[in-house]
Amino acid sequence: MKPAPFEYLRPNSREGVFEALARAGEDGKVLAGGQSLIPLLSMRLASPKVLVDINQVPEFSGFRISADSVTIGATARHQQVLESNQIKDSVPLLAQALAHVAHPVIRNRGTCVGSIAHADPSGELTAVLALLDGVVRVESVNGSREVTGSDFFLGPLESAVKPGEVATQVTFPTLPLAMGTSCVEVARRHGDYALVGVCSAVLLSEDSRIDRARIALFSVGPTPIVIDVTELVRDSSANEESWRRAALHIAASVESEGDIHASAEYRSNLVAVLVRKGLNQAYENAISRMEQNR
Amino acid sequence: MTTRSFGEPVLRREDPRLVSGNGRYLDDLGHGAYEAAFLRSPHASARILSIDVSNAFEVEGLIGIYTYEDLNGRVGEPLPLLIPHPTLTHGRTGYPLAKEFVRHVGEAIVMVVAVNRYVAEDIVGLIDVTYELIKPVIGVEAARDAQSLVHADVPGNVAAHMIQQVGDAPAAVAKAKHKISLDLEIERSASMPLEGKGVYAVWDADSGEMRLWSSTQTSTGVRAAVAAKLELPLQKVECTAPDVGGGFGVKIMHPWPEEVLIPWVARNLNHPVKWTEDRREHFISSAHERGQSHHVEVGFDDQGRILGLDVTFLHDNGAYTPYGLIVPIITSTQLLGPYKPGAYRVEFRSLYTNTVMVTPYRGAGRPQGVFVMERTMDAIADYLGIGRDEVRSANFILPADMPYDHQLTFQDGRPLIYDSGNYPASLEMLKSMIGWEGFREFQIEARVSGRKVGIGLGCYVEGTGVGPYEGGFVQVETSGRVNVSTGLTSQGQGHQTAFAQIVAEELGVPIEDVFVTTGDTRRFAYAVGTFASRAAVMSGNAIAMAARSVREKALRIAGDALECDPRDLEIVNGIVQVKGDPTHCIPLKSISVLSNPLRYAFDESAKAATQFQVGDTSRPPIEVGEEPGLESRDYYSPMQSTFASGMHAAIVETDPETAEIKILRYVVVHDCGRLINPMIVEGQIHGGVAQGVGGALYERMEYDSNGQLLNASFMDFLMPYATEVPFIETGHLETPSPLNPLGIKGAGEAGVIPSSAVFASAIEDAEGFTITKMPISPSELWSLRIEHENGLIPALRTTKEN
Amino acid sequence: MSETLFDVQVLVNGMLRSGRVPARRLLSDFLRHDLELTGTHVGCEHGVCGACTVLLNGKAVRACLLFAVSVDQQEIVTVEGLLNSDGSLGSVQQALHECHGLQCGFCTPGFVTTISSFLDQNPNPTEEEAREAIAGNLCRCTGYQNIIKSVMRAAEIRNTVNQV
Repeated sequence: MKPAPFEYLRPNSREGVFEALARAGEDGKVLAGGQSLIPLLSMRLASPKVLVDINQVPEFSGFRISADSVTIGATARHQQVLESNQIKDSVPLLAQALAHVAHPVIRNRGTCVGSIAHADPSGELTAVLALLDGVVRVESVNGSREVTGSDFFLGPLESAVKPGEVATQVTFPTLPLAMGTSCVEVARRHGDYALVGVCSAVLLSEDSRIDRARIALFSVGPTPIVIDVTELVRDSSANEESWRRAALHIAASVESEGDIHASAEYRSNLVAVLVRKGLNQAYENAISRMEQNR
Repeated sequence: MTTRSFGEPVLRREDPRLVSGNGRYLDDLGHGAYEAAFLRSPHASARILSIDVSNAFEVEGLIGIYTYEDLNGRVGEPLPLLIPHPTLTHGRTGYPLAKEFVRHVGEAIVMVVAVNRYVAEDIVGLIDVTYELIKPVIGVEAARDAQSLVHADVPGNVAAHMIQQVGDAPAAVAKAKHKISLDLEIERSASMPLEGKGVYAVWDADSGEMRLWSSTQTSTGVRAAVAAKLELPLQKVECTAPDVGGGFGVKIMHPWPEEVLIPWVARNLNHPVKWTEDRREHFISSAHERGQSHHVEVGFDDQGRILGLDVTFLHDNGAYTPYGLIVPIITSTQLLGPYKPGAYRVEFRSLYTNTVMVTPYRGAGRPQGVFVMERTMDAIADYLGIGRDEVRSANFILPADMPYDHQLTFQDGRPLIYDSGNYPASLEMLKSMIGWEGFREFQIEARVSGRKVGIGLGCYVEGTGVGPYEGGFVQVETSGRVNVSTGLTSQGQGHQTAFAQIVAEELGVPIEDVFVTTGDTRRFAYAVGTFASRAAVMSGNAIAMAARSVREKALRIAGDALECDPRDLEIVNGIVQVKGDPTHCIPLKSISVLSNPLRYAFDESAKAATQFQVGDTSRPPIEVGEEPGLESRDYYSPMQSTFASGMHAAIVETDPETAEIKILRYVVVHDCGRLINPMIVEGQIHGGVAQGVGGALYERMEYDSNGQLLNASFMDFLMPYATEVPFIETGHLETPSPLNPLGIKGAGEAGVIPSSAVFASAIEDAEGFTITKMPISPSELWSLRIEHENGLIPALRTTKEN
Repeated sequence: MSETLFDVQVLVNGMLRSGRVPARRLLSDFLRHDLELTGTHVGCEHGVCGACTVLLNGKAVRACLLFAVSVDQQEIVTVEGLLNSDGSLGSVQQALHECHGLQCGFCTPGFVTTISSFLDQNPNPTEEEAREAIAGNLCRCTGYQNIIKSVMRAAEIRNTVNQV
């Protein structure tokens, strides 16, 4: 399984990347981590005529942490982000989600931005972006624009990044200290794509009551499904029963798809189970996060 | 005093080379060769209308494009039907390149040879084939309904219809006090070695000789097939199996189309050519196995003793039957396991479908048979309300019954007679190791805390060491180096170590001096191959016999040289010495010198053997009936297979909400007679169990109704990682085989045979309803739970009672 | 029409190596065929089996999911490079040998590099951590039990060497 021929460019500047992509237009594809793209090329399921390798652009690497946000560059590797204690403190959901992404060897090369731009409906990071209202910066020779999580995913494997453009960074807001998050999933084998996954975020008020709760489902629909569950859980006593009721309600309202690994009904069942577990974990994380920071 | 080697966990001689990346697998060879790629059918059933290669010609690096029309001589004939059988009335094989019809997705139509694989694949992409689609036959039910045919001249898609019986089982079932019937299904998986197939051929035009390497389990088989197809004298073809990255059965099948085409085109082009299969090719153009659908009628008494067992099954053999009926015949015969039913009847139809063909995969039909028998045992136990261990004990063949003649014909064409085994003892050991007696209590406690746990077991008997024969060659060089060769092949079984252990022990030499070659027709030309857990039994015994012959000759020559009776001599660390007087000695290497009288002394050692140094001039230098050299070639050809056996037990936990299945404990008790190297045997068991876990809980071939293989990659065909395989506890019993000099039985397939049965048994115990189809995924288990809750699947009697 | 060739220079197992290859040449093929370092094996070419794992700038990566051109001017260590400088088996290789952690040997190079890199970061793993560390590599022969033992043994060997 060898890729078809392509023209290969490896600019070492941002402008070089934008120009190369502009010239390539519809024929161009960005090569960052390559962990999703290269198998497609090897299987000849995709054969872009021009590949623009962005790994040598210094400004794309690494991540920046400020008081109110974390910005991850286009070529920052999953594993780098996962291993950052600072990011773990500011945006814990990233580490929680990344722990489920494939295996360490894949994470050593795969990139967070690339994963998001790839827009795989089973991708954990797509749910993180959607849930936290992360912002993706999309750039080209024509300038730069910011796309929020809710507008970024257009369909399975289809993101708002158009030919000639490249996602150069993603920014996540630092999570409030009263917010707890979780990422839970069921997969067939360790490291596999999730059959169903749920990212949850629960924000507590000062008296530890639930102020806001949102979830993002992945591997369920063609794009991440974000649901605000606040009304379902706000006045509850935040116990097993309230999570369960909320989860059943969600599961009934969401349409799951079946495939060779799981039937639609089973996926619905998993939605119910995982929403309950996810909300519970997020809530507990919120409690302990608040406690740690008192 | 001799060196102990047999029975010791000697570390492997193969390892240093392999762990340092110095293995030589097929694709590591032939750096300058042209490479081949194939255009393979995208359709499951079609007639080829046209092949247009006009766009392919301008590609730089193209060497040649070949279709069926180019295949001359015998290469253009159908591939051989390797194992004919009288009941295989409608056996069919394909052509190396499809002639007019394609019968499964992946069947090769065009071969492209280019300067490298990248270019070859580019060219394949430029070739245009048009087809007339034919409605494909997918699944045994569709094959049986025969609304469409896989082969136009095979009515009903039936390749073979076979019945074997002992006594009158239907009558016995009819008049039995109790009777039940079961419908059971097991779905396809595949060997899936980490290294796919590969062929590398070098034609020497000067000498008219073909030198061939193939990642095969039978280099002698491939050699013979290639010589036949290329119409070359056998002497002009040599085949070597290099290091092989796993076989598990799929590489015993031969000749693959590529094994014929690559040497053929290498000769045409007078240039080395290589083909290395990629993973997708392996999925769609090698072989699968395990798909069968069974119906059982069983009659039994109050103790659960089977009075009549009547089994009818459908076997999916895929598009072609080059390997004959071996798999369903093994299912038919090994289904009996360690039991002695009163009467037995087994009937099968082997059916064609438009899918990849079915040839043996580790277990080779046994897993299906064991699944059926063990599910039946569990069902009888449940019906009567007796223990699942009790019902088995009631049916065991006892040690006093051995040898036990089932009055059936086994896959080697010989009577199915068990030579030895102690099934009651195995069951005792198994129960003790898994904690069988205490489990009910544990299960009740678990249930109270909301957990679902279950225990299951499975027993099997495995015919190993199948003939017709294997050979061994042992030679002591004048340097003291001991060369050993055998014709069968290796794919990780540690033959270079195990066989060296045998020789080290038999001959009394340090194991470091022993070097073993397998799978090279230049070094040993008569062989069958590595399959059916036979290598240790067959080659092990042949090599032992050869080593004993060498020993005998060495002692005789030493007796002459030392002027004493050979019976007073022993060999220790390569030195022949008088027992009790080690100073009176002569090293084996000197005996090697003496055994070969020379005219010319090319070194000091040789000088000692020259005509003026040695020899009783009243005798000829080589006696009548003798040969020069300290070496011997011997063959082991058994009257029948020798029967190993084993039992596995597992404790599983199923998640009440997600139906995920977790393996808490897995215990193996196995009996393969004496062990040459216990470390290697245990490794084989671990590997087999892992494949068993895969086959029971993760792996299945997903064909859609159009015959497209939906999961033709490792992303969607789920083989277990380290996190999916449990810790395996092994106990072993040793009932030596009375059938061969070493007393050994085979162990290669043991780990995988009862797995589906064991997991079905354990999951059923956890869930309280019957499991009749394997493999099973959490999604499927969850659906079964719903069906059970809705009354569509009855509860087990024992559950109802609880 | 022929493909553009690129000069690729890499430090492989401590030696400067170079080649001229098309952009689409996978790193796995570059190592195996252009540099004739056949220790790195190809089992699937879609990143799942791990047999092709090598160390890129010290981090384990899949060589089948990289183009040779992308690693120009960078540093690679393959299974061949994990032998000791005197040619004896490195700690992970020695451990696999002692614990019967390989049978056919095809997946083994990928385990050697993966385990080596894992132990660099986690020199004293628990058995659970060892199991998880190798959970991205497929082996069809061993059932993994002895490979997990090998990880623990390799850690032991390394710690002993360090103590000396």
